[in-house]
Amino acid sequence: MIQCNKYRLYSGAKNFGINVFLLSVAVTCLFPLFWMLRCSFMSLDTIFVDKSLIPPPLVFTNYITAWTKGNFGVYLLNSVIYTASVVVGIVIISSLAAYAFSRLEFPGRNFFFYMFVLALMIPLPGSFVPLVVMMNKIGLANTRIGYILCMINVGLSMSILILKTFFDKMPSDLEDAARIDGCGRLLIWWHVALPLARPAIAVIVIFNSLNVWNEFILAQLLLNDEALMPLQKGVMLFTNTNSVDYPVIMAGLVISVTPIILVYLAMQKHIIKGLTSGTVIGESC
Amino acid sequence: MKIELNITKANMFEWARNYCFVLPAIAIFSVFYIYPFYEIFNLSLHEWNGISPNRVYIGFENFKELMQDEVWWSSLVHAGYITLIALTFQNTLAFALALACDREIKLKKFYRVVFFIPPVLSEVVVGLIWQWILHAGVQGGEQIGLLNRFLDKIGLHHMVNDWLSDPKTALTCIAVVHSWKGFGWGFIILLAGLQTIDKQLYEAARVDGATSWQSFRNVTVPMMVPVILVVVILTVLGSMQVFVLILSMVNQGLVFHTEVPVTRILVAMTGTNRFGYACAMGINFGVVLIMISLLFKIISSRMKQA
Repeated sequence: MIQCNKYRLYSGAKNFGINVFLLSVAVTCLFPLFWMLRCSFMSLDTIFVDKSLIPPPLVFTNYITAWTKGNFGVYLLNSVIYTASVVVGIVIISSLAAYAFSRLEFPGRNFFFYMFVLALMIPLPGSFVPLVVMMNKIGLANTRIGYILCMINVGLSMSILILKTFFDKMPSDLEDAARIDGCGRLLIWWHVALPLARPAIAVIVIFNSLNVWNEFILAQLLLNDEALMPLQKGVMLFTNTNSVDYPVIMAGLVISVTPIILVYLAMQKHIIKGLTSGTVIGESC
Repeated sequence: MKIELNITKANMFEWARNYCFVLPAIAIFSVFYIYPFYEIFNLSLHEWNGISPNRVYIGFENFKELMQDEVWWSSLVHAGYITLIALTFQNTLAFALALACDREIKLKKFYRVVFFIPPVLSEVVVGLIWQWILHAGVQGGEQIGLLNRFLDKIGLHHMVNDWLSDPKTALTCIAVVHSWKGFGWGFIILLAGLQTIDKQLYEAARVDGATSWQSFRNVTVPMMVPVILVVVILTVLGSMQVFVLILSMVNQGLVFHTEVPVTRILVAMTGTNRFGYACAMGINFGVVLIMISLLFKIISSRMKQA
């Protein structure tokens, strides 16, 4: 009897400890975000001295300043444009290629496929140097289309690999049926293969959206015109020119973080699925 | 037996139509990956300021100079230090959290969502938030930065520090923030790995009288080795190449204590306009990274055999 109580006490304490551990890490994850939000509602007079967790007079002017003077409205629109066009581009281009690598026959099929796989395995840290030189040479630096094409290339190899693995496992019965009904390969790709590959495409959409939204270095090197900058570069630019105006900087950060967090919360199931399938790919490489 | 060549006109036409599917991908890949790949090697053999029309061929001089460049080698050491902290602190934390979430526990879904929030944020945002928290300024006798204010409040005045300017703490702060941002990846991958382990194995171990430590040591760890290796490789490659976080956390000046290889490449390119030297650095660093990942490949194949 005593033994049993002791055991219960022990496992109770253990569970309590685990819960405290998890909860404290969760607080550590969320607190900096809360602090950012809190500081974005303060004024320059109070931000350095006020110690309360939630300052009583909430100031909303920081957001207006960030939106107009800080140009964040333009940056936000640019980020949305870049993210949407890159993701659409990657989905179309990579699914066409992956479908061909998996289903169609042509000489050099394996060669081209392994070329993309190899690109994933070779890290090339300074590749932005020749890329920027080339973009300047062909006049695509400081243009929307130049940045979009560069970012499509960044996500292309991984997306082709994920989709090809998916198509390889997918039974081809439906495609055969469509072919017998007289569908051409382009129509089969569009009407049969793409809708069936929806789970894999969801993974590609999420990871590429995160990647493009958060990309900094190519935007920094390629886009000098303020009207073309995405949020990440805009935030850095604003911080470098107004380094003491913390309330407005924090408001700008909130603007740049909110869309991606909302997307994440809406799609987080797919993210976990994508990460686990990514692990499978990583292991097989 | 006669081998029939199938290269008929109809066949060629068929191939050409199939090629159209891969053409856009190959075109973009050639222009934005293969050409820069070739050009980085080409440029590394030249001295070029980025503007002048003639590039001066200097052979391997850039690489020879790089061998003597102390700032470069110390930047590699800095990246190694950040990686070491990420490997130990960040991955231990990720594994502990994954183990904790693998059992029956309240708020499991909540934790899974929350731990992956930092990885979703951009390095620019994370760097700026933490720069503000670690701020070292003083106004009206009050600490501005949250961390310093907290230390001041609980009476640890001697701990108050200029975290991001002090060469002793700057790199560690960066490494810790990097771990804060990154542990969610490891957590999700490791948790997924833990959930694939057959629960009957634990049951069998328990029936055989194994303690929870023994079943962890002899069931969990061996089953998790492949997943752990994937996380380790991802952590190493990611942490060695960290740099946007550094750009947004500290303003690089004439001090070199927070330099990492990629910031050196950037400085050579945009600061001193030595494009050839920047490319040589990129190649040198790429070789280092390939050697590290090969090392892990060898280790993992050894472990699979054992």
